[in-house]
Parts: sequence; C-alpha cells; structure tokens
Amino acid sequence: MPESLISARGLTKKFGDFTAVDGIDFDVAKGESFGLLGPNGAGKSTTMRIIAATSRRTSGTISILGRDPEEHGPQVRAHLGVVPQQDNLDTELTVTENLYIYGRYFGLSKKFVNKKVEELLAFAQLEEKKDVKVEALSGGMKRRLTIARALVSEPDILMLDEPTTGLDPQARHILWDRLFRLKEDGVTLIITTHFMDEAEQLCDRLVVMDKGKIMAEGSPAELIKQYATREVLEVRFGSDRNKEVAPILREMCDRIEELPDRILLYVEDGEALLEKIVAKKLHPNTSLVRRSSLEDVFLRLTGRSLIE
Amino acid sequence: MNQGVSVAKIRRNGAFYVAESRIRQMSKWKGIITLVAVGNPLFYLVAIGIGIGILVTENSGTSGTGGVEYIVFIAPALLANTALLGAMDETVFPVMEGFKWRKMFYATNSTPITGPQIALGVFIAALVRVAFSVFLYWLFLIAFGVLSFQDSWMAAVVAMYGGAAFGALMMGVVAGVKKDDYFLTVLGRLVITPLFLFSGTFFPLTNMPIYLQPIGWISPLWHTTELGRYFGYGAEVSTTMLSVHFLFLTAMLVAGIKISNIRFANRLLK
Repeated sequence: MPESLISARGLTKKFGDFTAVDGIDFDVAKGESFGLLGPNGAGKSTTMRIIAATSRRTSGTISILGRDPEEHGPQVRAHLGVVPQQDNLDTELTVTENLYIYGRYFGLSKKFVNKKVEELLAFAQLEEKKDVKVEALSGGMKRRLTIARALVSEPDILMLDEPTTGLDPQARHILWDRLFRLKEDGVTLIITTHFMDEAEQLCDRLVVMDKGKIMAEGSPAELIKQYATREVLEVRFGSDRNKEVAPILREMCDRIEELPDRILLYVEDGEALLEKIVAKKLHPNTSLVRRSSLEDVFLRLTGRSLIE
Repeated sequence: MNQGVSVAKIRRNGAFYVAESRIRQMSKWKGIITLVAVGNPLFYLVAIGIGIGILVTENSGTSGTGGVEYIVFIAPALLANTALLGAMDETVFPVMEGFKWRKMFYATNSTPITGPQIALGVFIAALVRVAFSVFLYWLFLIAFGVLSFQDSWMAAVVAMYGGAAFGALMMGVVAGVKKDDYFLTVLGRLVITPLFLFSGTFFPLTNMPIYLQPIGWISPLWHTTELGRYFGYGAEVSTTMLSVHFLFLTAMLVAGIKISNIRFANRLLK
C-alpha cells in the first residue's frame, strides 16, 4: 500500500440545514493524481476547502500528512499549493510581483523566490509577460499564473479546483500539458472537475460525487468498465419520434438512456447494433458510435447528466 | 515542500510579509498618495491660514482659540485628520478588496499565513502610510511657521497614534461588511463628514450646544486633536483629560485589533 498523504473518514460539512459533504471516505496516495468528479453543487469545492485547512468540518476525521488541518492549519498549508476555482491574483501587480509576494508568504528568502520566479515564468510560458500587470492577461494566462503561483513553495500536494473552467480549447490543452509535466515530476495532484474528459486525461483515480456523497470510486477505466459498456451508440430520430422508437430499441440492448435530444444505447459493439436498427427500417436522423466515457458512468450512477 | 519553508518563521514574521506585499501594492499609487500628502496641507494652509484665519483674527482676535492664531489652533486638528483619513484609506479599501472585491485575502490564507496575521499586516502597512502623510504635513506646518520644529514633534506622534486607533477600528468594522452597496457612501457622508465637522476641528468643542458635544466625545478625531493641541503648542488640557484622551484612543486601538483578529479568522475559515 503506497504512503497515504490524505485520509478522510465520515467527512461531513453542513451549512445550516444543507449538507454539502455527507460522510465521505477517501485516501490519496503520494504521487497520485486524484480527482473529484461531479456536477456543480456536488460538494467538491467544499471538500477541497476542508483539505486546504480553510473550512471547518462538521464531523468526521481528516488527516493531511498525518495532521488535522483544523488544529494545524499553517503547518498543513505549508505543504499545499492551492489553485482556487476563481483566480484571486492581484490584478494591479505584475506577473512577477504576484509570484514574488506569494513566495514570501511561505517565508522563502528573497534570493530563492527571485530564482524560483524565473523558473515558474518559463513553466507557465509567461516570460514575455513578466513585467505586465495581471489585469492585461488573457483568461488562460491568468490560470497558468495561478498554477505557477501555487508551485512557488514546491508543494507536496497541488490542489486544483476546476482548473480549466471558462478556458477555450487551446488554453485547456496548454494547461493539461503543464499539469502532465507536474504529474511526471511526482507531484500529488487533487483535481475537481465537472469535465469528464479532463478527469480521464489527468486522474489516476477518482471519486464520482453527487449531492455530497461519493457514488463510485476507481480509475477512469475501471469506472467505465464497471458502470458502462465498451461502446455507446447515440441515435437521434427527432424529438417527437425518440419516445416512439425507444421501446423498440430497449429490446435490442441491455441498457438505454433517453435524453431530451437523443437516445444512448450501451453495447459492446455499436456498429453491429446500428446495422440491426437500420435493418428494422428504423432510420435515425443521425447516429454516432463512440467509446464510453465518465459522462456515461455519471449518468448511470445518478440518472442525470454532468452538465445540466 | 521546499526546505526553506519554515512554519515557525512564518508564525513570527507572517504579518510583516503581508505588510511588505501591501506596501508594494500601495507603491502602485505612490503618485496619488504623495500628491494628496503634499496637496492637502498646501491647500488647507493657504485657504485657512490666509483666508479664514485672517477673518477670524480680525473679528475676534485669539480669544476664542485659547490665545493662539487660528491656523495654530487648527494645525493639530489637520494633522489628526490627515492621520485618520490615511488610516481609513489603507484599512477600508484593502479589507474590502481582500474579502469582497478581488478576494485576495483568500489567496494569502491558502499559504501558512493566518487571518490575524493578514489583519496585522494590513494594519502595519496602514501605519506606514499614516506616518508618511503625517510627517509630510508636519513638515509643511513647520515650513509655514505654524508649529515649531523642537516643540511640536509629539503632536505628530499623537496624530499617528490617533490614526492607528481609528484604522484598527475601521478594519474591524469593515471585516464584518458582507454587502458593500451603501457602506462606503454611508461611511463617507454620515460618519466621516460629521466627524470632521463636530470634533472641535475648526472651533473648540465647547462652542457647540451641549447636546451636540457627545459627537465629539466619541470621536477619535477630537481626542487626537486635543492631545495634539497640548503637545503641539501647549494648549491647556488637564491631566485628567489627557488621560481620558489617551485611554479612549488606546481602548479603540485594542478593541479594533481584537475585533479584526476575530473577524478575519472567522471569515477566512468558513
């Protein structure tokens, strides 16, 4: 069993009558890339704040590097790099100054921080923007800077809350590339996301959360294997005809999901099923065979789509 | 974690790291801060010294101002006012920025720095600004021959002390503000302006009807001004009243820091 950096048991957080995190258990091993996947309001960010020693739990236990974050907040945070959901950079300061002042908050010497800043500017591909005020940066640049800032203390655990939300595809891919490099360097990553492709790309292991509870746990491949089939056939007959055709399709495979605009058919061989459907003279307007994803896992576990 | 990260060191120096960063942020406004620090005394001394001062002296001499020229009478009040406004600027806005507008305190608090250290750091930086503004104002008062260099330095020190007390209180108050819709308008128009007008700034507080004098009694500006008058040009203030002024400001300072510590810690640890 690899060394466990984080261990939570029965972790619960309530805000008045609302239970944001509902008795969850999880462990994160050293060097692991661990994901919390779920829709908005699933309790992912609250869990992150408890780990980051910036939120009090209501009950349960949690240990980070052997310490209780509520009792040893500064000691725990000394080991963490935190990338919040919204960039809280100082927009009036330059890129370099943002990195510098954050390094100083960790008590690092000016000499070390100045050297580290150069390294992080290269990592975040922001060398040319080093003396530019943050307010002039694009969304993707700000996000990379926030990640670079979290790395200034060379943390044992990097926590990323929805790292690519709001970014365009190109910016997302640049960011994923940076995170891959950290993963290769052995940094433990904890990532929350509601993007299944992101979870599949970045996470070695993840928990699927909904309404404060953990619905399933495993590697992306394991979860797909356990909760979905190898392939999914998506067919569209038009919103009126979908309802009419669905009972016929239900007879042709083990599981179907009716969504407002399309029907998902879970099978091992999508093409073969499509041929059978066409043979029955049920001609869909459009069809697509694809590999099962974590979206399908989530749909299976909760009966709802991740992005609603 | 880098070997250079020492929680014990951060526990000792955390507030100074925050102050260092606040001063760096302030330096982005150094032109405006200096302009205000220079322009404010210049305008007041010219307008009041040459304008209102002559009017007052010609009509009532120095009988209403304790035997000193009008400009000398109000000089400690102007110093105190500069200190209080500077302290307010450097507590109200950074705290609103930190918690509400740009949420930077949450970034600071995701490091080993604690809420009370952030509060203390903001406070230390505010004191630097207050000291700078008061010192410049004091130099102007000396240059204009209003106060004497040797005898009035304590007036500048007590002005800074008053600024510290008011800044601490404002920081504690603003740390509890969740909705800023009307807060700054109300603060500016219904707190700061009356404070300036009813604190014995331009005339002795005792000139006011008794029912208006309590505004001065609870005003840090009045307490600071009275101390400034005593130390600036030797105005007559009884030992009892000197103690009252010091104790009032000290109580405000201590209460402000305590409230700030509690509110910063609670607001950052949800």
